[in-house]
Amino acid sequence: MTDAQTDGYVDPEVGGVPPLAETDVVKIPRGVRLREDKARGGWVLLAPERVFQLDPVAREVLSRLDGERDISAIVDDLAATFAAPRERILVDVRAMLVDLLTKNVLEVV
Amino acid sequence: MTPGTNAPVSQPPAPQPPIGMLAELTHRCPLQCPYCSNPVELTRKRDELDTETWQRVFAEAAELGVLQVHLSGGEPAARPDLEALIAGCVDSGLYSNLITAGVNISRTRLEALADAGLDHVQLSIQGATAEVNDRIANLPGAFDKKRAFARDVTDVGLPLTLNSVIHRHNLHQIPDLVELALELGARRLEIAHAQYYGWALANRGALMPPREQVMEALALVEAARERLKGKLVIDAVVPDYYARLPKPCMNGWGRQSLNVTPNGRVLPCHAAETIPGLEFWNVREHALGEIWRDNPAFNAYRGTDWMPDACQSCDRREIDWGGCRCQALALTGDAAQMDPVCEFSPYHEEVQTLAIRDARKDDDFAYRRFARQNA
Repeated sequence: MTDAQTDGYVDPEVGGVPPLAETDVVKIPRGVRLREDKARGGWVLLAPERVFQLDPVAREVLSRLDGERDISAIVDDLAATFAAPRERILVDVRAMLVDLLTKNVLEVV
Repeated sequence: MTPGTNAPVSQPPAPQPPIGMLAELTHRCPLQCPYCSNPVELTRKRDELDTETWQRVFAEAAELGVLQVHLSGGEPAARPDLEALIAGCVDSGLYSNLITAGVNISRTRLEALADAGLDHVQLSIQGATAEVNDRIANLPGAFDKKRAFARDVTDVGLPLTLNSVIHRHNLHQIPDLVELALELGARRLEIAHAQYYGWALANRGALMPPREQVMEALALVEAARERLKGKLVIDAVVPDYYARLPKPCMNGWGRQSLNVTPNGRVLPCHAAETIPGLEFWNVREHALGEIWRDNPAFNAYRGTDWMPDACQSCDRREIDWGGCRCQALALTGDAAQMDPVCEFSPYHEEVQTLAIRDARKDDDFAYRRFARQNA
C-alpha cells in the first residue's frame, strides 16, 4: 500500500476522484472487508475479485475508518498515537485514501 | 517418499497457501453460452457434492489460507442449499462472491442470500441488448431478467460486478456494455475476451474476432477505464491468440488458486482435466490442504522447474509463469511446451494464422448442453 507519491503534492483530482477535504468521512463499504491474514501474516483488505496486502501503516489508517470520524480526527489520532508530525501524516493518509477511492474500494460518506 | 525414512533431500518446499478458491457448485444452468468454461463433459446433479461436504471444504479452505471463495457453476442458484453454503463461508471467515446468470433468483431469494452474509455479486451479461444477449445465452427473456436482477442487487445494498465475455458477436457493443454497467449501478465491469478452452475451443470458428476489431476494442476499454476512474473499475481479460506474450495463467499453476468441481475434484484451473496423465484428487477422499501440497498433479507444473530451457532462462519466467498449460496442450499437443502465444514459441506464427483463419469463418454456435443420455 505504500506508494511512491507520499512525499510530494498529491493531486486530489487525479482519476476523477473528488478532492478530499479534512472534514470528509471515508468508510469501508459493504463488499469490502478488513481482516487478518493468519496464513501469510499481516492484514488484508478484501474487495471484489481483489486482495490488497496491507503494510502496518495502512492497517492503522483503515482500521480507523469507522464511518463516523472525519479525516481530520483520524489524522489527529494517528499523530498522537505515533508521535509523528501531523502534516506529514495528513499527506500520507490522503494519498492512500485517494488511491483506494480511485480503485473503488472505499466510499466517501 | 518411502515410508519409515526421513524426507528425501530433494523434497520440494511447501507451496505458498492459495488465496482464492472457485467452488463450482453445479453444472446445471438455464443458459447455454457457447464459450462456457465448464468442461464439455458436464457433471450431473446426482454426482454433486452435498451441503455438508461443501461446508467442510470451505472450513478446510479457510484453514489452508484461502481468503475469497467464488461460488460458481453452472448456475450456483440451481442449488437449493446456496444459503447454507454462503453461511458456511461466513462461518469460516471467507469472503463470498456469487457468480450468477441472474435469471432464476427472485427478490426474496436474493434477500435471503444477502442475509446469509453474501459479500458480492458478479452477474454475467452476454450482450448489451436483448437481441444479442438472448441469442448467445440461447434463452429468450434472459436480458430483461438480468436487468431486473441487477436492480435488485443494488437495491438490497450488495456491490455488483458485471462480467461480459467478449467475442465476434458482441465486440461491437463494448461502449454499450460500459453504459449498461453505469446505468445498472455496477461498481466493476469485467470485459473478458473469450479464452479458448472447452466449449469455447469447440466454438472457436464461431467466436474468434478479427485482429483489427480486437485492437480497436482494447483501445476503447483503455479509454473508458481512464475516463471512469473512481466511478467504475474496468478489468479486461485480453484475447491472447493475437498477443505477443502469454498471459500469466492463474498467476502460476498451483500458486494462488484452486477449483473444486461439482463432484469434488480439485483442479489448479478450469481446464486442467484436459491434460492427459494427471490424476486429480477428490475432496471426498482427501483434505484440501493435503491435495494442495501433495497431489502430484498440483506439483506437475508448479514453480519453474518443469519449464522448457527457453522459459527457464527468460526474465519473465516468474511474471507469466510459462503462460497456460492447457493452451500449450490444445495448440501444440504437449502441456509442457511454452505457451504457443509467446513470440519465442516455434508455434507463435501458426497460432496467429489460425486465429485469423477462424475469424473469417461463419460457424453456427454449438450451444453448451448436457449430452443426451440413455438411462
